[in-house]
Amino acid sequence: MNIKLKIWRQKNAQSKGKFETYSLNDVSPEMGFLEMLDYLNQELISKGEDPVAIDHDCREGICGSCGLYINGQPHGPEPKTTTCELRMRSFKDGSLITVEPFRSRMFPVIKDLLIDRSAFDKILIAGGFISSNTGTAPEANSIPVCKKKSDKAFDMAACIGCGACVAACKNASAMLFVAAKINQYALLPQGKVEAAERVKKMVAKMDELGFGSCSNTYACEAKCPKGISVSAIAKMNREFLHAKIVAE
Amino acid sequence: MRKLNLRPSTISSKVVMALAGVFLMLFLVVHLFLNLLMLMGDEGETFSNAVVFMTENPAVKIFEYVLFAGFIIHIIIGLLIEIKNYFARPVKYAVSNTSKTSFFSKYMIHTGLIILIFLIIHFTHFFFVKLNLVDIPGDITTDNHDFYAMAKYLFKNGIYTLIYIISFVFLGFHLNHAFQSAFQTLGLNHPRYTPFIKALSSIYAIVVSMGYSIIPIYFYFFY
Ligand code: HEM
Ligand code: FES
Repeated sequence: MNIKLKIWRQKNAQSKGKFETYSLNDVSPEMGFLEMLDYLNQELISKGEDPVAIDHDCREGICGSCGLYINGQPHGPEPKTTTCELRMRSFKDGSLITVEPFRSRMFPVIKDLLIDRSAFDKILIAGGFISSNTGTAPEANSIPVCKKKSDKAFDMAACIGCGACVAACKNASAMLFVAAKINQYALLPQGKVEAAERVKKMVAKMDELGFGSCSNTYACEAKCPKGISVSAIAKMNREFLHAKIVAE
Repeated sequence: MRKLNLRPSTISSKVVMALAGVFLMLFLVVHLFLNLLMLMGDEGETFSNAVVFMTENPAVKIFEYVLFAGFIIHIIIGLLIEIKNYFARPVKYAVSNTSKTSFFSKYMIHTGLIILIFLIIHFTHFFFVKLNLVDIPGDITTDNHDFYAMAKYLFKNGIYTLIYIISFVFLGFHLNHAFQSAFQTLGLNHPRYTPFIKALSSIYAIVVSMGYSIIPIYFYFFY
C-alpha cells in the first residue's frame, strides 16, 4: 500500500516545530506502525535527512514507551492496542496519516515525536510503592489474599504508564493512571497499610505538576491499551475521600 | 502539625461541585412541581397559594440561601476547573480527539454558561421583582408576588418564550451528563448499577427540560 504521512517535526525542546508531509510507497499491510516509521527513517537517512525521533523499547505492548497520537487518537484507531502493536492494515491504501506527539504541559516534547514522561515517575515517587524490609523474600503464603481482589489488583497493575489517558483526555488529566497505581496497592493487604497516605500524596503530586481534573468524559478508558476501566477513578475518589475525612 | 492547605485538590473541588450540583438538581424538581401548578386551569389559584406558603415558610427561606450558595459554589469551581484544564494542554492537537467519548461532557462549560445567561434573564424578570429591585414587568399587576400574571404577560412575547425553551434544551444537555457524572465523582460506580444510573440521567434530563418547556408553551399558545 501507498500512504501519505503528516508528521510533527521539532528539532529540540526549545524550537517551534511544524508538520512535514512524506509519501511512502510499498508499505506492507502486515507491517507494524513502528516498522513503517523505521522504513520511513531508512529512506530519510539514505537521502541524508534527519530521521524522525520516536520512543520505543519492547515492541510487544508491555513497556509503555511507544505512545504516538495517530489520526486524533493515542495509539491509533484500534481499541486496547499500543502503537507498537498497531498494524498498517488498520489504515486504507492511499490514506493520509497524521502523527503527533502526546500533548500535555506535563509531557514536554524533547524532539519530534519523543516526549518526556518523567512527570509520571514523580507521581510514583510520591507514593507508588510499599515500604518493606529488603533481604530474603518473605514466605509467599503467610499473608492470605482473596482471589477476587488479587485479580482486580492485577487488572490495575496492567497499567504500563504509557500516558495515553493523559493524551486522550480533553483536560490532559492523569486520573486513570494515578487511579490504577493507587488501586493496585490499595486492593492488597501489603499495600492497604499505607493506602491513606499514598492516595493523598499521589493526588497532591498530580495536582502540583499541573495535570487537569476529571470531567468524566471517559476518553481515557476508550483509549487505554490495557482496557483499565473508569471505575478505577471512582474507587480512587472513594479512597481519597476516606483518607481526607475519616483516616488521620 | 497539619499544614493548612488553601489549594484544594482537583478531586475535592469536583466533589464539592458535584454535591452543589446534586442540590441544584433536587431544587430543579421542587421548582418544576411548583411551576406546573400554573397549568391547573384555575387562573393560577393553586399556584398562588403554593407561592404564599413558600414565601411564608422559614425553612424555605433557609433553603433559598443554601440554593444561592450552591449556585455560586458550582459556578465558581466550574470556571476555576475550566481554567486549570485549559492550561494543562498549551499546545493543542492538529487532529482533535476522534475516540469514543461521552459527548455532552465536553460542552459542560458552554451549556453551563448558557444556563447562567438564562438565570440572569430569569432573575431580572421574576426573582428581583419579588425583592422590589425591579419594576413589575408591563405593570400588569400591583402584587409583586403574582408570578402567574407576570408569566402570562411575559410569555405572550414569542422571542421571550423562545429564549426560555432554548435555554431549557441546553439545561437538558447539561443535566444529561451531570446526573450520572455526579455519581462517578462521588465514587459511586458499580458494574451492575452504573448503566441504570446513566439511563436515569437521560430520563431526568428529558423530564426536567420538557417539563419546564411546557409552561412557556402553554402561556404562549393557549392564552
Ligand atoms: C440548575 C443548574 C445546574 C445544575 C443542576 C448543574 C448540575 C451539575 C452537575 C450535577 C454536574 C456534575 C458534576 C460532576 O461532574 O461531578 C455539573 C457539572 C458542571 N457544571 Fe453544572 N449545573 C448547573 C448550572 C451550571 C452553571 C450555571 C454553570 C456555569 C458555569 C455550570 C458549570 C458546570 C461545569 C463547567 C461542569 C463540568 C465540570 C467538569 O467536570 O469539568 N453548571 N453541573
Ligand atoms: S514499545 Fe513497549 S509498549 Fe510499545
